[in-house]
Amino acid sequence: MAKKLKNMSDSNLLLLITIVVFVLMYAGAIMFQGKGFLKPQTFFNILNANAALIILSCGLSLVMITGGIDISVGGMTALVSMCCAVYLDFKGGNVAVSMLIALCIGLAFGIVQGFLVAYLDIQPFIVTLAGMFFARGMTTIVNTNPFNVANENFVALKETRVIVPGMGSVNKLGKYVDAYVEIGVIVALIVVILMFLMLKYTKLGRAFYAVGGNKQSALMLGINVKRTKFLSHLICSILGAIGGYVYFLHVGSGAASHAQGAEMNAIASSIIGGTMLTGGVGNIVGTFFGVLSLSTIQNIVSSAGLDQAWWTGITIAAMLCIFLVIQSVVMARKHSQVKK
Amino acid sequence: MSNTKKMSISDIFGKLFRNQIFVPIAAMLILLIFNLIADPSFFRITLGYNSAGNPVLSGYLMTVLDCGSELAILAIGMTLVTAASGGQDISVGAGIAIAGSALLRVLCGNNTRPETLNAPIIVAFLVSVLVAMCFGAFNGCLVAFFKIQPMVATLILYTAGRSIAAWINNNELPIVSDATFSYIGGFIPGIPIPTPFFIAAACLLIIALVLKFTNLGLYTQAVGINESSSRLNGLNPTFIKWLSFVILGICVAVAALIKVSRLSSINYSVIAKDIEMDAILAVALGGNALSGGKFNMWASVMGAFVIQLLTTTLYKFNVQSDALPAYKAVVVILLVVFSSPVVREKMAQISKKMKSRKEAA
Repeated sequence: MAKKLKNMSDSNLLLLITIVVFVLMYAGAIMFQGKGFLKPQTFFNILNANAALIILSCGLSLVMITGGIDISVGGMTALVSMCCAVYLDFKGGNVAVSMLIALCIGLAFGIVQGFLVAYLDIQPFIVTLAGMFFARGMTTIVNTNPFNVANENFVALKETRVIVPGMGSVNKLGKYVDAYVEIGVIVALIVVILMFLMLKYTKLGRAFYAVGGNKQSALMLGINVKRTKFLSHLICSILGAIGGYVYFLHVGSGAASHAQGAEMNAIASSIIGGTMLTGGVGNIVGTFFGVLSLSTIQNIVSSAGLDQAWWTGITIAAMLCIFLVIQSVVMARKHSQVKK
Repeated sequence: MSNTKKMSISDIFGKLFRNQIFVPIAAMLILLIFNLIADPSFFRITLGYNSAGNPVLSGYLMTVLDCGSELAILAIGMTLVTAASGGQDISVGAGIAIAGSALLRVLCGNNTRPETLNAPIIVAFLVSVLVAMCFGAFNGCLVAFFKIQPMVATLILYTAGRSIAAWINNNELPIVSDATFSYIGGFIPGIPIPTPFFIAAACLLIIALVLKFTNLGLYTQAVGINESSSRLNGLNPTFIKWLSFVILGICVAVAALIKVSRLSSINYSVIAKDIEMDAILAVALGGNALSGGKFNMWASVMGAFVIQLLTTTLYKFNVQSDALPAYKAVVVILLVVFSSPVVREKMAQISKKMKSRKEAA
């Protein structure tokens, strides 16, 4: 067993840690928090509330696998929801065009940030930090006050529930209630599957890993390093826009304070999911479980009566800290193996 | 004859352009000229009396001097961190919240509205310095020992910091009514110049002496330029990186003292909001490479005051405080684009071409 563990690749080891942590946490939640967590709907509610985060985390994982980072996704989420809200509510626009607006915002951010990072060789953190502040500032410039969207078509889309067969439960009145997920969850699952397939089986997907692992050797393999980096930021920003729209669909309002700290949660999920900050290692399935672990912890914290806002921040930070240290240890292990 | 003279003038200009401190000074001049044209009342400084009847100087320039001080103090620490680790600390805003919260906790004790101070200000300050140093050391450990990228390592405190600050005071907002405490962020009776400026000057003096009489500056630069070769030369890069974060912790505590004293209270979610952006911007504007290595402390400090000048100018034109980051972000992007090696090379090529064309003509 020990030998097997030793021979495991970093990616699989980190993925294993993540899944074990998630299962343990969910089991712990069921044991200590009572039967609430046993209901499938509780699990689906976690998915409903975090569909946007799953999409954002997929984008971040991709960038982190390529060796960069993007902290502008939270600001972009706020900007996308504000712009779409203003368009739908004040201008009476239709839903399809609002999606297009979201995509355009994502494209614009992706192209600018990708160009600055890949072709001008500027640190991704600085570029996306500026992107984050720009997005947050722009959100306030577009509209200052938070408001709910009353557009009929949009509300209809927001209220659409997809019923999951066979997962319903009997409520207190003895009535059978179907379990449901929102549209956002379907989108998130599609994104997860597409990203997983892309990273695993396409030439481009492998190029992301190669660039993140070692730029020099990737260059020698004939990979266009700059273009790969550019694409990673572009895809991340587009996913940021999609995630922003899903978030908007979930909350149904525009506000400058939306998705505060979402970038942090997305980074934390990716790291918990086994994506290495140093690049080259990561797995979308892990990221998916990372988001689930993170939100399960949040659920535990809030249902344990510790509903003061600070506990969530502290627990997430503590988890992030632990996983960062684990990564650092894994890296040290790798180095010592190389030396042997 | 005239040709050689021209060359020497362009040489002088070239030297001036290449000097690091030229960038912040040029930026400051541009901003000042812009203000002069847009509205000369920007430069008016009036001597008035505050509510306590003490003489105070007021005006936009005094605001810059006043509010730029804590930024300058932070820029000192941030420059060292940037130079040593090649990354930036984005938890300074949260750190200020923590240090300020600890300060108020000691000053007020369990009572949130004390009539008299629970402890001398200096004791409370020393405690908050200790707390901030601990958090700096925590960041430093992650960066130096565990080799985590500085910005990601400090992301932990960036999320948790304000929560910790609220937790220190049980989410209550203590208010200090003592008058002497408000002198620190305001005016000492009889002196019309804001006190934060003197504190910043003292910090600058200390860091100047440290840089002059110790090897801190040299070692920091050596570690930032090449970690492994500095190790081969007998330095301890881990310790020096860690030390730079601890020094930043001290700077954070001083800035927190000023910030808290200004309000005589604290608001955990708002205090020093987005100040990490300003501090990083100050370092970048000072022409220091954000990827570490050589640094110029004075350029950073100048940069801090330029940032404050920009903020004050934007406020003067009625830009909302929440919208400020958008404008600053544009400035950051422009700065990093122009200082990126790729663009510099391109510009050098263009100027070379121009020169050769001139010679040919």
